[in-house]
Amino acid sequence: MVNFIQYLISGLSAGSLYALVALGIVLIYRSTRILNFAHGDMATMGTFFAFSLLSWRFPFYLALPLSMLFGALLAVAFYFSIIVPAQRRDATMLGQITLTVGLSMIFQGAIIYLWGTDSKMLSFPLSDTKTWQLGPIYLNELSVGTLIVGILGSLLLYILIQKTRLGLAMKATSENLPAAQTLGIPTRTILATSWGLAALLGVVAGLFLAPALILDPFFMLEPFLKGFAGAILGGMNSLPGAIIGGLLIGIIENLCGGYISLEFKNTVPFIIIIIVLLFKHEGLLGKEFKERI
Amino acid sequence: MNLVESYKDDLKLIEKPWTGCWITMTVIALLLLPWFGNEHLIYMGTLIFIVSVGIMGQNILIGYTGQISLGQAGFLAIGAFSFGHMAQMGLPIGLALLGAGCMAAFFGVLVGFPSLRLKGPYLAIVTLGFGIAVYQTFASFEVLSGGRMGLVIPKFPALFGLTREASMYYFSLFLGIAFTLATYNLISSYMGRAFVAIRDNDIAAEVLGVNLTRYKLLSFAISSFYTGIHGAMFAMFMGFIDPQMFNFSESLIIFVAVVIGGLASVEGAIFGAAFVILVPQVFSGYKEFVPVIFGVTVIFIMIFEPLGLAGRWFKMRLYYRNWPFR
Repeated sequence: MVNFIQYLISGLSAGSLYALVALGIVLIYRSTRILNFAHGDMATMGTFFAFSLLSWRFPFYLALPLSMLFGALLAVAFYFSIIVPAQRRDATMLGQITLTVGLSMIFQGAIIYLWGTDSKMLSFPLSDTKTWQLGPIYLNELSVGTLIVGILGSLLLYILIQKTRLGLAMKATSENLPAAQTLGIPTRTILATSWGLAALLGVVAGLFLAPALILDPFFMLEPFLKGFAGAILGGMNSLPGAIIGGLLIGIIENLCGGYISLEFKNTVPFIIIIIVLLFKHEGLLGKEFKERI
Repeated sequence: MNLVESYKDDLKLIEKPWTGCWITMTVIALLLLPWFGNEHLIYMGTLIFIVSVGIMGQNILIGYTGQISLGQAGFLAIGAFSFGHMAQMGLPIGLALLGAGCMAAFFGVLVGFPSLRLKGPYLAIVTLGFGIAVYQTFASFEVLSGGRMGLVIPKFPALFGLTREASMYYFSLFLGIAFTLATYNLISSYMGRAFVAIRDNDIAAEVLGVNLTRYKLLSFAISSFYTGIHGAMFAMFMGFIDPQMFNFSESLIIFVAVVIGGLASVEGAIFGAAFVILVPQVFSGYKEFVPVIFGVTVIFIMIFEPLGLAGRWFKMRLYYRNWPFR
């Protein structure tokens, strides 16, 4: 039982970061119907930017917002310089997805060129060796911090979407683009904001994942795939679904690692997703738009 | 491109005598390559023929049937490892190749089943998950992967007094041509038209009497058969395989090759294969720029030439055929 709770806690803390990644993917999918394969690499870019800032002796509380801003700006620049021209030329859905694949390759090359392939240590204020004992359960500083950041990020996003005019405009744009345009909503700006927000969440997730994993150019690939899986599990166009999906992936993964085998820690979540999708093919909370011929 | 008056005209592979002329010349040049080309050229040629088989298969799935698949590396691995094990058991090469292709096709059907109900991103995650699961399975079961040192595979034997490399070259050239012809015939048959109908709108296709279950599964089976053959040939070419060769980025490269070559185009598959093989070779001094070049090319192609290299090729031919008129 103690073991179970221990696995649950580490699963929740990993899952909250997957949820942030999943939220980013869902934000973009919901508003532009694009599956963003560059999400992980945008986050990697932001994390490496933070690494550079920290190694130039910037304080952490300054490096965090700056790198978030950097990631967001990258995403907005990508949206305006590539997605918009492609949409003007009537790019297909597959074409737009392919654009993000191309972008992810460019980012990968750029990261390898700028920072090299060898792994690095991010000087992070929270450590995972500092532990507190709570009854029979051990909590480490990093996982508690991660959990708090994950919950805080999701909560702030919830408030932004549900309670502000910007969130309302985002919802309107994702529901019906032409109608939103007719009502005078600046849809380009709103969509760019969604891209920026998504990248921002990704960078946060990347920064908090970096101390647990090793910081190298490919460190976000697995979290990105898990976040993607979480987004699918929850339903691609449901934000609460993304959070639930991400947390579930984290928990399942850690329970599998604890009880079944450590080697298949990465595979079992995918198998579970495939099974879930076979029975509920729009994810747990997703509602796909019905199609007309 | 030109007026088609009968079904027989539509089935013709070579429409103009001039086209036949340059195709024959290309094939003769390729046949003579081992005589005047150096070893490096033969090596590249062999690799391009092998890869173009796999890209053609994925083009059937992604380009013609419109099903996004990101698990190609999994099929490659299945093809390569089943070929390796069969060849080690002493099966003749042709039989082992066929077996590897059928094994991959079997798993293709398995992955195809979810595709009957899933679309777009959901299908992408299922195929992606399959690719990762296959990779993990091979990486953690040493019985399958041949242990830490990888699986050693007997190379293609030297035939008819040629060197071993030249015989492998001819064998892959033969397979490449055979698969190209097979693909051309496949896509102009009922099956190919059914695939295209499914891509354009699956509900409409079903209303028109296309059996969705059968043709979606067939598309998966055929494309993974091609990819399995690609994997098996690649294994034979390398003489050695380990699971590390078949990770997620391999799937992405195949996907990129399909897109760069041109969706829904057979000659595009060959161009795409040539592109992903030649670019890393040309820029071998700047390895970190290879993904950047791939990425920039994909973005340029998607924005300025959505039909890919094949589309550019088609426009070029059209320009010269109609010259001096535009």
